[in-house]
Amino acid sequence: MSLASLLVLADGRLPSGGHAHSGGLEAQVSAGRVRDLDAVAGFLRGKLATAGLVAAAFAAASCARPGEWASLDQGLDSRTPSPALRKASRAQGRALLRAARAMWSLPPVGRDLHQPVALGVVAHAGGLGPEEAAVAAAHGTTSGAASAAVRLLGLDPYAVHGLLARLTADCDRIAADAAARAESPVDDLPAAGAPLLDIGAELHATWEVRLFAS
Amino acid sequence: MHPENQHSVAGGALPHPSDGYVAPHSHGPDEVPHTHPDPGVDPHEPLNSGPRALRVGIGGPVGSGKTALVAALCRALGDEMRLAVVTNDIYTTEDADFLLRNGVLPADRVRAVETGCCPHTAIRDDISANLDAVEDLEAALGPLDLVLVESGGDNLTATFSKGLIDQQIFVVDVAGGDKVPRKGGPGVTTADLLVINKTDLAPMVGADLSVMDHDAKARRGDLPTVFLSLVEDRTATPVADWIRGLVAARVPAA
Repeated sequence: MSLASLLVLADGRLPSGGHAHSGGLEAQVSAGRVRDLDAVAGFLRGKLATAGLVAAAFAAASCARPGEWASLDQGLDSRTPSPALRKASRAQGRALLRAARAMWSLPPVGRDLHQPVALGVVAHAGGLGPEEAAVAAAHGTTSGAASAAVRLLGLDPYAVHGLLARLTADCDRIAADAAARAESPVDDLPAAGAPLLDIGAELHATWEVRLFAS
Repeated sequence: MHPENQHSVAGGALPHPSDGYVAPHSHGPDEVPHTHPDPGVDPHEPLNSGPRALRVGIGGPVGSGKTALVAALCRALGDEMRLAVVTNDIYTTEDADFLLRNGVLPADRVRAVETGCCPHTAIRDDISANLDAVEDLEAALGPLDLVLVESGGDNLTATFSKGLIDQQIFVVDVAGGDKVPRKGGPGVTTADLLVINKTDLAPMVGADLSVMDHDAKARRGDLPTVFLSLVEDRTATPVADWIRGLVAARVPAA
């Protein structure tokens, strides 16, 4: 395992399409549920405990057994009730695979994998293990939304990064759990849901003008 | 025989045969060590067969007339070549209706890309959403001759990645001040074509076109600069001619 490879994969500057997605935050800001730093902190905690948990589990499993990408992708599809979120996840998976093909030698996989499955496959190709894939997935579900919070609400960027720093222990714990069950059957992997994220994503997709793709 | 010289194919998914492809085989012990392309990986870009569309980026500050230039180019070129547009600007159904109502471009030939409040990132640092949009257009419409990629309004330092476009146009306007070419910046200095737009407004804003021309030449060396008034020239003739030249040079006339 190369720590430097993990940094390359988890770097926010990796050109994998993430900058155009708010992780559901734009819809919640517009709905008035998230207006300040405290609300962003709550949003990030909730996102990590639901979408982050599921993403970490599927990234770890896909890294442990990249040959099963198709059934893992299907498993994540069935855990994503919102069509808009399915589309956003596949768009980011596609972008990640595009970037990763220039970095490492990828096995033949579908073009539009869900982002966590793509992340696991890419991590494997980069010589990383399930726990590293999972920690990158967990961190990614919060860092993208945090960056969007700075842009959408004009919050102090230092304060927002302070929130991310305080979530690292949770990210590590989630990644360790995900790695421990990386060999579990797809149906036994976590299925935590966040109905407000699903509803927000569906509303967001109907907007005429939006700044983020999701 | 050295085990590392034995080649096998994992996964059974062979790429299509190509010049670089080496069938599974083994070597004698006296051969010079060498490597082959990984047979599980297609080394080629996933492009359509035949020459892909010329991609022209159109950037420039907010309000300089990028969307109006795109509309003029669609008017000028829409009937003579297969054309599509990707826009990174905040794009409303009103904009789409405008293009449609004016018969400029059907809605299925325009794709809007959200940039997450970072228009320069989407055209320079992380071009994946724009590449997806271009590929989606080509998949939906078939082969194209020209794809215009319009950036969101940004600043004088915003330029397109060469991974996204082949040539780029930078649009500034005289109402933004006649000192803009002198300020330079990567857009003014390095764009393949600099368009100085809204020349009809020059007398009203006290802009000296000869100063702009002189400064642009000093900044850009041999790179071309054109003056334009889309009020007077609704088909952006000098820009359309520049693009015609590029397309003709790229695709041999059938």
